[in-house]
Amino acid sequence: MSPRAAWRLESLGFGDVYDYKDGKLDWLAAGLATEGTNAQKTRAAALARKDVPTCRLDERLGDVRERVHAAGWEAAVVVNSERVVFGLLRAKELAADGERLIEEVMRPGPSTFRPYVLVTDVAKTMVDRKLESSPITTSDGRLVGLILQNDAVEAGAEHSP
Amino acid sequence: MPSEIDREELQRLVAGGAQLVEVLPAVEYAEDYLPGAISIPLSHIDAESAKRLDKNRAMIVYCWDAA
Repeated sequence: MSPRAAWRLESLGFGDVYDYKDGKLDWLAAGLATEGTNAQKTRAAALARKDVPTCRLDERLGDVRERVHAAGWEAAVVVNSERVVFGLLRAKELAADGERLIEEVMRPGPSTFRPYVLVTDVAKTMVDRKLESSPITTSDGRLVGLILQNDAVEAGAEHSP
Repeated sequence: MPSEIDREELQRLVAGGAQLVEVLPAVEYAEDYLPGAISIPLSHIDAESAKRLDKNRAMIVYCWDAA
């Protein structure tokens, strides 16, 4: 759409026209400020728990479980060296046989949210799909943090009419 | 010929006085727009709406994404 707009403006006599090709999605994904009716609303990034434990595919579940529980968590995100999300460990997966590898027990391809999604929308989706937690990721799949359903519902209620 | 730019170049141009124009439908603009941008939906770009713009300044247009 914006390339056509740029050409149309040029046809109207504007000589110095640029097309921000990645558009508003790129701006929002970078966490930059916007104006408008949504500008003051809470977005997923604000509730992302950035201290969520992470682990690798080839680790032993028993080792990861010990580390996760010691940090006071009941969840962990499976990532690679680039922090790209491969899977999720919730309480159920963490309770599996400790000798098994993470790759064998993780919940692969978990539902994720982008950082700019409004928390009211996040809360509704998490409740509807019974998601107790979900990773927040950038558009290229890198982990920002983990959002908990309770946090989303509580924050979403504050924004409800 | 219009030039494609990325976010960093946009910020540099805006700091230098460029105008920002969102060409999405007005309802989408109302929810979220880049700071300082004005709304001229693609279907409304014509000689009349162009009067809102300064031909002596650089102009950046954007929509939702590159798709």
